[in-house]
Amino acid sequence: MTDVSTAPTTVARGRNLHRFANPGRFLRISGVILPYLAAMAIIVTLTGMIWGLFFSPSDWQQHDAVRIMYVHVPAAWLASSGYASLALCSLFSLVWRHPLADLAAVEIGPVGAAFTALCLATGSLWGKPMWGAWWVWDARMTSVLVLFFLYLGHIALVRAFDDQQRGYRAGAILALVGVVNLPIIKYSVDWWNTLHQPASITLTGAPTMAPSMLWPLLLGGIGGMLGFGALVTARLRAAVMERRIRALTLAQVRREAE
Amino acid sequence: MTHLPYIIGSYGLTFIVVGWLAVDTWLRSRRARITLAKIDPRGMR
Repeated sequence: MTDVSTAPTTVARGRNLHRFANPGRFLRISGVILPYLAAMAIIVTLTGMIWGLFFSPSDWQQHDAVRIMYVHVPAAWLASSGYASLALCSLFSLVWRHPLADLAAVEIGPVGAAFTALCLATGSLWGKPMWGAWWVWDARMTSVLVLFFLYLGHIALVRAFDDQQRGYRAGAILALVGVVNLPIIKYSVDWWNTLHQPASITLTGAPTMAPSMLWPLLLGGIGGMLGFGALVTARLRAAVMERRIRALTLAQVRREAE
Repeated sequence: MTHLPYIIGSYGLTFIVVGWLAVDTWLRSRRARITLAKIDPRGMR
């Protein structure tokens, strides 16, 4: 039997979700937030990078090569969390038909793919001096490569159909199926014997890293998240405007044809 | 410091990728804003 008491809550939640679906309202609100978001992203990221590059200590074993961590690890966090946000938008699109969720998923794709490529490239640049190899078919590296292909697949799939809605639907399904790769990436270093080191920062335990290294890394991660948010918001604003331009142009062509 | 080329490569690549994303996004937004303002001045509201 359906619990009637939950019905108003569900309706209210749906209404709240769609409050920001109005493109005009989204453009207004995001236009106010975006400059602050971008400024904070630049300040926090640069602080973390400069701290990591010039003021944090070098590692007793890896020496100065450890400084690659301050760009590699935030890129890895952004690659995974970007994909999680892509999947969340896909869920909003499939379940609640949120009109901006499809556009957001389309815009997250290239940004996430760029950060995943950056994670792989900086990992390779870190691997060469430490392991003596640019690439090994290690579980962590292979699962991140699969993540990169999932991003590319999503980018290609949403653009592969003449009917845009069908492309969005196919992309959303791929994004949700691909979520299975996220725990594989996270736990690959625990489940298999990998050349890649295990996580130094976990949600449950204390970090196995000196605070002088942890702080610049966290700043890089927070700045990266803010930057990712700023980039996606700006791209989403452009996509909303482009959609409006297409609709207005089409309406004008139809008026002239009549 | 034998690791310097790898460090410079990593940070340089990061600046190139993030810079490219930022410039591409800014140009696209600017183009869309100008076009929309021409077609429908109320479009930005």
